[in-house]
Amino acid sequence: MLYFIYDKTFEGLLTCVFDAFFRKEFPQRIVGENVQLPLFSESFRVITDDTKSERVLNALRKKISKSALQMLFVTYLSELEGIEIVLFRYIQKALTSETCIEMNFADADVLELSKVYKKVTREEENIRQFVRFQKTADGMFFAVMEPVHNVLPLTAKFFKTRYADQQWIIYDIRRKYGLFYDLNTVETVHFERLDISPETGKLSPEKLDEYELAFQNMWKDYLKAVTIHQRRNLKLQKQHLPVRFWKYLTEKQS
Amino acid sequence: MNPRIFDKLKTLAEAAKFDVSCASSGTTRENLGKGLGSTSGWGICHSFTEDGRCVSLLKIMLTNHCIYDCAYCANRRSNDIPRSTFSVSELVELTIEFYRRNYIEGLFLSSGIVRNADYTMERMVRVAKDLRLVQRYNGYIHLKSIPGASRELITEAGLYADRLSCNIEMPSEESLKLIAPDKNFQSIYRPMHYIQQGFLQGAEEKKKYRHAPRFAPAGQSTQMIIGATPDDDRKILTLADSLYQRPAMKRVYYSGYIPINTYDTRLPALTAPPMVRENRLYQADWLMRFYQFKVDEIVDTAYPNLDLEIDPKLAWALRHPEAFPVNINTADYEMILRVPGIGVKSAQLIVSSRRYGRLTSENLKKIGVVIKRAKFFITCNELPGLTVQETGPEYIRKALTAPKKKKTDDRQLVIDFNE
Ligand code: SF4
Repeated sequence: MLYFIYDKTFEGLLTCVFDAFFRKEFPQRIVGENVQLPLFSESFRVITDDTKSERVLNALRKKISKSALQMLFVTYLSELEGIEIVLFRYIQKALTSETCIEMNFADADVLELSKVYKKVTREEENIRQFVRFQKTADGMFFAVMEPVHNVLPLTAKFFKTRYADQQWIIYDIRRKYGLFYDLNTVETVHFERLDISPETGKLSPEKLDEYELAFQNMWKDYLKAVTIHQRRNLKLQKQHLPVRFWKYLTEKQS
Repeated sequence: MNPRIFDKLKTLAEAAKFDVSCASSGTTRENLGKGLGSTSGWGICHSFTEDGRCVSLLKIMLTNHCIYDCAYCANRRSNDIPRSTFSVSELVELTIEFYRRNYIEGLFLSSGIVRNADYTMERMVRVAKDLRLVQRYNGYIHLKSIPGASRELITEAGLYADRLSCNIEMPSEESLKLIAPDKNFQSIYRPMHYIQQGFLQGAEEKKKYRHAPRFAPAGQSTQMIIGATPDDDRKILTLADSLYQRPAMKRVYYSGYIPINTYDTRLPALTAPPMVRENRLYQADWLMRFYQFKVDEIVDTAYPNLDLEIDPKLAWALRHPEAFPVNINTADYEMILRVPGIGVKSAQLIVSSRRYGRLTSENLKKIGVVIKRAKFFITCNELPGLTVQETGPEYIRKALTAPKKKKTDDRQLVIDFNE
């Protein structure tokens, strides 16, 4: 079995495509650098190269639509195990097929990617839904999240437009980086230490704006007040509000 | 901050909670000048209450004082309950602070009636105006117009609100007069009509001048209470259908009657709200809006009420076995859409995928078709199974309503048809 080893970047994956076509050798698996390969497997180490990845991208642009291209990037962010080889096969087919493959859902890879796309965009939507900003004493709005897929980059534009007149940070605890908006641009930030409660993701009270806790409490009170007890249905609540998000949701904290 | 704001929030959120039309949808309001907020497409649900409902807007009343005495309403004049009133600035602050923390998509403001319709409406408009002009807020605003409000105030409201609504409350005027004696259809249809005019005029002017002010770009919605009166589903859906004929009418909401004022003998003694019926009505509503069904295909004189046991789409199929089986590889989109077990998405996928080759049942499963249902109504070359032609409708009804091993919850407000 032939393995390609790459640096876990999207450009790296595109370079894999370039090298495979160039060498006329097509991998069965594409994995990151730290993966232990099975005995007797062949491997080839791909060195990410911007010129190569750019050429693959340009070739793709001629074969698939803009939205399909975006779809490839989005599904890549799923970070699902084995997603690389599915993407590889999709790109390979897209480049070699006479007809456009985008809508051919009878093809296993096309269908698989459309499903992964749904998962990732769903996660992205969950972030937009469930981010809870805390206002700090210096006027910053701060939130932490732990998304399953690496979707923060997909949400940047949305939050930047919506909260254009306030500074904010959304931090991905799992991947240890965050987005920081300084009223002009969104940049990534990394903190060595985060002063938050590991149970709730909340900053300690002395770091908060004097009314922050009051608004958190009002939000909790509000949700209690609008619940219709005659229609209580916790199962339905969980279906829409997956339990894995509860940890950092203000309204689920006592 | 006024500490009394906590009590007000509780009282006035509690007072507003029975209004189900929470969706914030259908507009785009970009944030161009670096103000606060944006509105686009379908609104986001930011939380879900323990009854499983989406919380997208700060749904609240300006006041729960009211001079009217509607039988179904917790805030009616004759109830002895705590009453509060927000000041305009309190409500503006609350909206902005909730919005900044990503709790909400915007504000849904309604109000009890104090003094008269216009006095009340004027205060509501001031909240919206302040949010837009002083706070430079671009989030969503839904104002519930007061029955009997004047054209001037409705027109002004439309300048700041994304959506206006005016609840029809009851499926027929007799019912309305009986249960809400201070209201009549005219006091509701008038503001509805003003909204429609403003909406159409706004759209017209927008064509001429790009910067013409927009009027309630998300149109209007309305709501009726189900199960408080003897009106049948045919009456309800026919009224809904006629409301949907109005150009600005985007949504009709059905709200299962919740017995609050049990002392009032004009109302039926229900132990629980009619949630299955409400769910069936929403399904029928979807059939009219997205599945190209006509109202009299769903309910008619022979079947004036929806079947509570099965969804209206399956019910139609079982009443019309002659229309099936449908050939997946050749049938029109419209017919594929009518197959139980095939939703709008699946139908579109079928039509776009079959160009590449014949679809098999395996393809259909992957596309998301619920084969368990659909198999009785389709052929796709290799499916040898029995269809409705051979089994007859009764067999299918039994097969699909047989108690499942896993307990499903029929109180869920699910719109889909297991598709
Ligand atoms: S007008 Fe009727 S429904 Fe509205 S608050 Fe007053 S009593 Fe309730």
